[in-house]
Amino acid sequence: MFPSSFDYVRASSVSEAISILNNEEDAKLIAGGHSLLPLMKLRLANPSKLVDIGRISDLSYIEDRGDHVAIGALTRHHAIENSQVIKASVPMLSHVASLVGDPSVRHRGTLGGSVSHGDGASDLPAAILALDATLVITSGNGVREVEAKNFFKGFLETDLNQGEILTEIKVPKATGGWSYQKFNRRAQDWAIVGVAAVRNGSTKISLVNMASMPIRAEAVENALSGGASIDEAAALASEGIDPPSDLNASADYRRHLASVLVRRALAEANSN
Amino acid sequence: MTVTDSQTSHGILGTRTLRKEDPKLLSGEAKFTDDLVIPGALYMALLRSNVAHAKIVSIDTEAAKEAPGVVAVYTYDDLKDDWAGPMPCAWPVTPDMKNPNHFPLANGKVNYVGDGIAVVLANSKEQAIDALELISVEYDEIDPVLEIEDSAKDERVIHQDLGTNASFKWDLIPNKDGVDEAFAKAAFTVSERYIQQRIVPAAMEPRSIVVVPAPFGGDFTIYNTTQIPHILKIMLALTVGISESKIRVIAPSVGGGFGSKLDVYAEDVLTLALARKLRKPIRWTEERTENALATIHGRGQVQYIELAADASGKVTAVRVNILADMGAYLQLITPGIPLLGAFLYHGVYDVPNYSFSCTGYFTNKTPTDAYRGAGRPEATFAIERAMDALAHKMGISPIEIRRRNFIKKEQFPYSSAAGLVFDSGDYETNLDKAVGLLGIEEILAEKQRRIDSGSTKLLGLGMSFFVEMCGLAPSRVLASLNYGAGGWEAATVRILPTSKVQVVTGSAPHGQGHETAWAMIVADRLGIDINDIEVLHSDTAIAPHGLDTYGSRSLSVGGSAVHMATEKVLEKARSIAAHQLEVSEADLDYASGMFTVKGSPDKAFPLAGAAFEAFTAHNLPDGMEPNLEASVTWDPPNFTFPYGSHFAVVEIDTETGKVDLLRYLAVDDCGNRVNPLIIEGQVHGGLAQGIAQALFEEAAYDDRGNLITSTLADYLVPSAAEFPFFELDHTITPSPTNPLGVKGIGEAGAIASPPAIINAVVDALNHLGIEDVEMPASPQRVWRAINGAKKG
Repeated sequence: MFPSSFDYVRASSVSEAISILNNEEDAKLIAGGHSLLPLMKLRLANPSKLVDIGRISDLSYIEDRGDHVAIGALTRHHAIENSQVIKASVPMLSHVASLVGDPSVRHRGTLGGSVSHGDGASDLPAAILALDATLVITSGNGVREVEAKNFFKGFLETDLNQGEILTEIKVPKATGGWSYQKFNRRAQDWAIVGVAAVRNGSTKISLVNMASMPIRAEAVENALSGGASIDEAAALASEGIDPPSDLNASADYRRHLASVLVRRALAEANSN
Repeated sequence: MTVTDSQTSHGILGTRTLRKEDPKLLSGEAKFTDDLVIPGALYMALLRSNVAHAKIVSIDTEAAKEAPGVVAVYTYDDLKDDWAGPMPCAWPVTPDMKNPNHFPLANGKVNYVGDGIAVVLANSKEQAIDALELISVEYDEIDPVLEIEDSAKDERVIHQDLGTNASFKWDLIPNKDGVDEAFAKAAFTVSERYIQQRIVPAAMEPRSIVVVPAPFGGDFTIYNTTQIPHILKIMLALTVGISESKIRVIAPSVGGGFGSKLDVYAEDVLTLALARKLRKPIRWTEERTENALATIHGRGQVQYIELAADASGKVTAVRVNILADMGAYLQLITPGIPLLGAFLYHGVYDVPNYSFSCTGYFTNKTPTDAYRGAGRPEATFAIERAMDALAHKMGISPIEIRRRNFIKKEQFPYSSAAGLVFDSGDYETNLDKAVGLLGIEEILAEKQRRIDSGSTKLLGLGMSFFVEMCGLAPSRVLASLNYGAGGWEAATVRILPTSKVQVVTGSAPHGQGHETAWAMIVADRLGIDINDIEVLHSDTAIAPHGLDTYGSRSLSVGGSAVHMATEKVLEKARSIAAHQLEVSEADLDYASGMFTVKGSPDKAFPLAGAAFEAFTAHNLPDGMEPNLEASVTWDPPNFTFPYGSHFAVVEIDTETGKVDLLRYLAVDDCGNRVNPLIIEGQVHGGLAQGIAQALFEEAAYDDRGNLITSTLADYLVPSAAEFPFFELDHTITPSPTNPLGVKGIGEAGAIASPPAIINAVVDALNHLGIEDVEMPASPQRVWRAINGAKKG
């Protein structure tokens, strides 16, 4: 399997990448390539040009900024997994990064790439959604910020417009209880269902592979705010959600798994 | 032969010798077919059907012909005179077997998703594949026939000219009255139905071919990642219509086969026919999705098995009926796969009455054929699951039911009701060893504790005791099964003038480690360094005689031939040494490369000296031919029958249905052990594939016949992370069938593990009223079983 033919250009700066994107409608950014290339090999994505931003070194950083950690979009999963700053300030994010794919994926894939791709079955987008991260987006018009819960719009669809690049992810520190429950059949696979739970003030819950995009389990969050028990809240895991069906899990099995995993996630988040 | 030496073994057999193959494989020096650099080659790509069943209304190749780099585009009509006959099936299991028209490209009709429709030749692989998108095909779709039991109804017949979807019916019913009587008198009976799902063999190296025509003279060198260079040469000569003497087949490093490269495929025929047509090298390497669609699948059976037993649990009869999924066409040995298991549905048990029937049915799916174990895993699964069902019905333990039925040590050689002679065995001792290693009481106590405490993590203990017939095979037995070839193997051992040794084998290793094991066999006899021994193989110009590698045959048949040829060479060297020392041959001892005169050890002549004398031929005994070389072609008198006890401990999360394998213990008996390191590697790989069948893998289709597991993201080949540390041990019962006393180990793990795992899963859930879980026991499937049981 290999992609249709395409042009390739390596950008040396964000502004250069933006100007190329603005001049070519079908151009796509590529960083680690672990989301885009599989689609291209299946010829489900056929960009006319790839703009490689993988070597823009000033977009790879992890910085403690007091109340939050700022992570450059090109920071690789492996770096997030092993960062002392993230382990100390947002331990769930480090843990989730350690569960993405296998070691070779984690050495190539970037946080910004995974989040921009917005796959509902991916671990990291759901994690930053539960963590209430803020996304910093750069374009020819300057810089804007979007909250994670307003960023994911649909199946592989995000708030990013052509000519915009996700440049930084700002993650509030979250050292209270947390849990990430990833249910799959092989260690390297996407989650069949995953649940991220973060206690940071209120309790936030996001779900993996329960919809076409990463989503928050709002019914669970509201029930908890209203004083519901863990069991009562977990029973609402798929309230208002229409999960996909595939070979590994029918929609009804996914709903069941979501309840089980939300319950386990809440129990674990309450115990650490 | 007369063995006169004081020392016939130099202590090399049985040692954990590191594999000679590994440095070049690990360093990347080894060359696989796709690595070969062939100037001027054209790249082939196939347009494959994306519908399961349709008449082809039209094919438009005009735009593809104009695409950049494209040299030619062909369909069936363009090439129908470029081959001499249809795709070969070498195992017509019955005289009236129905074999549909099958050509390298579809002739007006496609019968599965993946069926070849057109072929593009271009200057690069990328250009060839891009051009496929420019070919348009108009289909007139027909509803596909997808399930075996639907096929059997013949409501829609796939190959209309055959009049039925049944390819053949094959029976082994030596004593129908005895079987009927046993069931009539039985104190207990069980009647079970099991599904053997389809498996994608998924060798790490996909199929790959380069055919290089000689510019003059009409010769063809075929580089092909095959398990069967010798058989492939013969089949291609016949199918394409080229003199066998004009074809040389070379299998470079081959990255796994598992039976999937024991075949002759459309691409093998197309590359050779097109190389002849265009007088240019033609090359093709399969893509991973093509591997899932257009390389054979394994398994694919619906099994009905019934046991009759007396009041003590002694099984008195086994009655089996198999519906076997052939897929759309018959590949090289498709119809013979159920026959390889047909004799073994009574397993390791002394059963006096036996009845086996099998019918092969066509479906609109990828053809099936050999996959690791081929027929024997299916047989073992059925009997080992049914024995557990019988034990459960009688309220006795799975271990006890097996002990009551084992063929006893003193019964060997054992003539089975199915007509085999089991060579040797001591099943009780093997099982005793496994039970001793297992710590069974603690497992059962913990299992009960969890049930009593209402835990959501249940434990299950499952076992299987397998036997297989391998060491394929005595040629006369193959003849009785209508197989189209023999079962011998050839070997040549030559000691070069400088005393280095060349071993030529007709076996064709593709990961098994023959370069090491064969060198060990020779080194053990001659007492020389294995690094002075080179094993040549997998090139029909270098090793012209051979029947290749499959069916756990290489060591017991090919290795035995090497052993015998070594013995023959040594006898010739002995004659030369005796001549030089002016003593009689009987007066010579041999050890570690040196002949010495009995009683006068200072009178000696080295093997190296004999080799040089044989080369110069200055002073050989009268009438002796120069050169120190001997060849043996050996036809085994019987199969070999390795066996073993396998135990699995699983933990099931009743809330999610996920099965975690906590422990796996295998105590195998493969007779004498040449290299324990290689044996353990074979067991590990076999277990991984067998456990994969039980828990992970399934070639799944949608209701239109699309394979929905056509990538390795969807088709769940497990990784090391999914397995516990395998606990391995062994017993040794030498086979009397061959001079090495070996039995074969390549398929053992894949044969024994699926029933051990499913027995463990069912054991964990049995108290809930669950008696079976289909393979693969996926979380969703197990959860549904638990959920269904709760609802009662």
